[in-house]
Amino acid sequence: MRLPFANIPIWPEGASKAAFEMDLLYLVIVGLTVFFCIIVFGLVIYFVAKYYAGSKADRSNPTFHNMPLELAWSLIPLALGLFVFGWAAKLFVEMQAPIHSENALNIYVVGKQWMWQMQHPTGQRENNELHIPVGRPVKLTLISQDVIHSFYVPAFRTKTDVVPGRYRTLWFEPTKVGKYHLFCAEFCGTKHAEMIGWVHVLSPEDYEKWMQDNRWGMGDEGVTVAQAGQALYEQLQCSSCHAPEQRIGPPLTGLYGSTRTLSDGRRVVADYDYLRQAILDPQAVTVSGHEPIMPPYRGQLTEQEVIQLIEFIKTLSAPQAPPVAEAEQSDDLGGNG
Amino acid sequence: MSTHEGDLHVGHQFEDAEQQLDSYSAGMWLFLVTEVLFFGGLFLAYIIYRTRYTEAFVAAHHELDWQLGGLNTVILITSSLTMALGVRAAVLNRMKAVLGWLGLTFLCAGGFMVVKYIEYSAKFEHNLFPGPNFEFHHAGIDPGQAQMFFNLYFAMTGLHGAHVLIGMITMIILVIRLWVMRKQRIDFIPIELTGLYWHFVDLVWIFLFPLFYLVGGN
Amino acid sequence: MSAAGVATKQPEAVNYLNVDNSIKSWLLTEDHKRIGILYLVTISLMFLVGGIFAMLIRLELLTPAGDVVMSDTYNKMFTMHGVIMIFFFLIPSIPAVLGNFCLPIMIGARDVAFPRLNLASWYVFTLGATLGVTALVLGGVDTGWTFYTPYSSSFSHTPVIIAVSGAFVAGFASIFTGLNFIVTIHKMRAPGMTWFRLPLFVWAQYATSLIMILGTPVIAITLLLVAVERGLRIGVFDPALGGDPVLFQHLFWFYSHPAVYIMILPGMGVMSELIATFSRKRIFGYEFVAYSSLAIAVLSFVVWGHHMFVSGQSMYLSMVFSVLTTLVAIPSAVKIFNWAVTMHKGHVKLDSPMLYALSFIGLFTIGGLTGLFLSAMAVDIHLHDTYFVVAHFHYVMVGGAIVAFLGALHYWWPKMTGRMYPEPWAKLSALIVFIGFNLTFFPQFILGYLGMPRRYHSYPDEWQTLNVLSSAGASILASGFILVAVYLLWSLRYGAKAPANPWDATGLEWKTPSPPPPTNFTQRPIITEEAYNYPIVLSKNGEPGEAVKQEEAEKHEHA
Repeated sequence: MRLPFANIPIWPEGASKAAFEMDLLYLVIVGLTVFFCIIVFGLVIYFVAKYYAGSKADRSNPTFHNMPLELAWSLIPLALGLFVFGWAAKLFVEMQAPIHSENALNIYVVGKQWMWQMQHPTGQRENNELHIPVGRPVKLTLISQDVIHSFYVPAFRTKTDVVPGRYRTLWFEPTKVGKYHLFCAEFCGTKHAEMIGWVHVLSPEDYEKWMQDNRWGMGDEGVTVAQAGQALYEQLQCSSCHAPEQRIGPPLTGLYGSTRTLSDGRRVVADYDYLRQAILDPQAVTVSGHEPIMPPYRGQLTEQEVIQLIEFIKTLSAPQAPPVAEAEQSDDLGGNG
Repeated sequence: MSTHEGDLHVGHQFEDAEQQLDSYSAGMWLFLVTEVLFFGGLFLAYIIYRTRYTEAFVAAHHELDWQLGGLNTVILITSSLTMALGVRAAVLNRMKAVLGWLGLTFLCAGGFMVVKYIEYSAKFEHNLFPGPNFEFHHAGIDPGQAQMFFNLYFAMTGLHGAHVLIGMITMIILVIRLWVMRKQRIDFIPIELTGLYWHFVDLVWIFLFPLFYLVGGN
Repeated sequence: MSAAGVATKQPEAVNYLNVDNSIKSWLLTEDHKRIGILYLVTISLMFLVGGIFAMLIRLELLTPAGDVVMSDTYNKMFTMHGVIMIFFFLIPSIPAVLGNFCLPIMIGARDVAFPRLNLASWYVFTLGATLGVTALVLGGVDTGWTFYTPYSSSFSHTPVIIAVSGAFVAGFASIFTGLNFIVTIHKMRAPGMTWFRLPLFVWAQYATSLIMILGTPVIAITLLLVAVERGLRIGVFDPALGGDPVLFQHLFWFYSHPAVYIMILPGMGVMSELIATFSRKRIFGYEFVAYSSLAIAVLSFVVWGHHMFVSGQSMYLSMVFSVLTTLVAIPSAVKIFNWAVTMHKGHVKLDSPMLYALSFIGLFTIGGLTGLFLSAMAVDIHLHDTYFVVAHFHYVMVGGAIVAFLGALHYWWPKMTGRMYPEPWAKLSALIVFIGFNLTFFPQFILGYLGMPRRYHSYPDEWQTLNVLSSAGASILASGFILVAVYLLWSLRYGAKAPANPWDATGLEWKTPSPPPPTNFTQRPIITEEAYNYPIVLSKNGEPGEAVKQEEAEKHEHA
């Protein structure tokens, strides 16, 4: 939206489900701000005009205390503030919560000085650009390779800090086709202001076309993230220990999402953060019954490669089968190594 | 106390010696509050990483010698006692006793630093000082997490050691001042304030000792 | 200084300025008034440096492309602007200059409790400022004033350790001042000066000092850890060294949020003085205003997490911080409304300090209310790290703290220097500052909601108009500041001699000559009345009665 008489933008485009309610909340707070400003400015101007030194106003019997009045102007702003807090907290929780949907799109984002690397599950990769279809929930899994960054799309009214060493998720659902700014919002060094890009929200047809066009065009031609991970798994010869028949490292089948008992007695769920640590600093999370002999891969793998490996490990999980039985079911994959 | 106040030097800003004494002790207590918060940041970091890296902290603490740590605890508690006796002697205007107790306190502080030196050099020898040369081998323990233990160990005991040193320097200054003004009534305020400071330094160690030397597993 | 001016026949009385003019007497002074002047000189220089950086930033942002300086240079400019303005100007501004000068006089003391510590505070501060300037001369630091890890500890190639040491050292100056004020207020009040007879400025200084001594040690140890991590690679924050970068943010904001109140609370104290004086009336709801200062000091320590809504802290923690932040609305609203209503049935005079006070009320109202946007968690997701935040804190820091500082400087200038400044120019400056300020920072609210991230060297073309407006405003604002500097310096030599009480105000500082004698009072004051004992008119049955002193009037009220 722009001011009519000058070429001044005053309102950003809103293109996500959360944008509408956030704009509404914003307008309500703007309303409150204007309301209180009018009261305060009005009082000041009125009193200055009326009680200007030398004016003939009645100044007898001034008061210096008025408990009901004092309570009113402390408690009414508080009540309004709490109302805003409640609404904002509700919206905050909704924006953080996963969107339950069959066809949510998982995209992996790595921030590094000074670019954004995106990986689509189906293999498409892009830098500083993100193509997504309209009307489909998107889940971003983000991590930084160096300093703290922040993934910010104003049109979606959302952002999250992207920190090194820990995965973050960001959910949104684009509602409007268009091309929107992507910024890094946390200062990250020399080219912070150039760590920007575009988010393209495409119609389903255009998205399909984009997927097709880019399937064979990228460096890893038509290779999904998991397949890239499998190639890496073979290249690093992980199977020489982790193949079930080797009985040296813990088998990876059925690992993702299972509960592990570590050598120090802790029980942890093998989620994204756990698997990342198990690859980069394996000695910190040695599984009970195994020797801490795996070499650490910290510094040897990029964050993108770690994501590929984890995605590969995810595919080794048979969804229905209990974790114990999985070793047999995925023999074919384990035998690849 | 009040019988001697007339002899004390009173700063131009104060009305009388009582106001002066009140102000100085209030100031010292406030200063100690800031000291608590100064250490507080480090204690917070300790709590966070201790909870997060429990195993590594338990394993790493075995590298510390609890007997030397215990010896230092005894030394510091003793020094707190001698310091308290010194303050009492100062209030009672007994010059020789003050010098004796301050000297003993100083010796205790020196002893503490010597023991600390022995402990630190052992850590350097065993490559336990954090940095590129850090080495820690223990089954199932991430050396990085053990290094965090030593990060905090050196940061916190180092900061505490710096406080002990400052205390020792203050004691030297006190003794020189006593000597210079030996003809007058003892100005007990600086000695009392140093005493407060010294008890604080002792107290910090009382916390540091169990946190680092006596980390209990589970 | 003052003796050199207009030639007068009669010999001038001994005051704190003419008692000894040697350089040595200034550098070794233990007089709180002279230390206040020393601080004024130091922080004015720092303000000049920080202001030049602000102008360079606005110059760069005139055009969307990053074309005036290199991006590295730009990053250093906003970092040095922030570091200098916050650590070396705003934090010491009102407490160390006007607090030092006025507080002991206001409570009827000859000096602060620890004059030598006070002088040490100035030396320590100057050392810190020198380190800050050294970091600048060595090429500048590019981390942002927030020094976020791991960028500051492991990635930046600039002299971070020196800048951090500067802030660390200056922190001790702050601790010394705070400690001194608390002991002074507790132990040095003149006979009869009860707590509820204290000027509200003193209450505000007391609350500020509490924050200074409780918060500053934490930032000190945090900055020390950053320096150690950077220098020795002993890591507590860098994930590559096993640390947690978010822990730094917790420790940093544990101090730096309260630090915001170190900057604004003294300004609020100044407001109470100015509004009472120029309305010739006691502040409405004195006790509420006094307690609200303490309430702000306490609340300031439990809201730091609102800087971290998008940093990944637990959602429940965020909610707690958000709701606690909302509570700050109470003491802030209390202050604003009480100031406004103080003018009711007063005799309002629009002298230049009052003009600054009125702009403070307006700008701080906007600054405070825009805080509501940022404390509302969902809206903060969008606004965090955008120009909205920049605009918000400049409304509080410049519109609040600096406008209050200027108001205070004008108000107490005759007392400090013994000279009057030219009032028409002062009125003009207040107007220019008000207009320039709003033109600079109001467009930034809009830019923020549009999504312009802060600390950006270049930006998309469509935001140029708003940025040009902002830069134009900055030029006006700067000319306002320069105007103030010019006529204040001019007045030192050519200004009319100031009477003891040019504003016809109550309060102890106006009962002693301008400038005050070295020991503040010729004899120790005995306090028999409150700070704002202005005459008021009582009436019966609509007939105006006689003007009586306020305290008598209250006896009638209660009878």
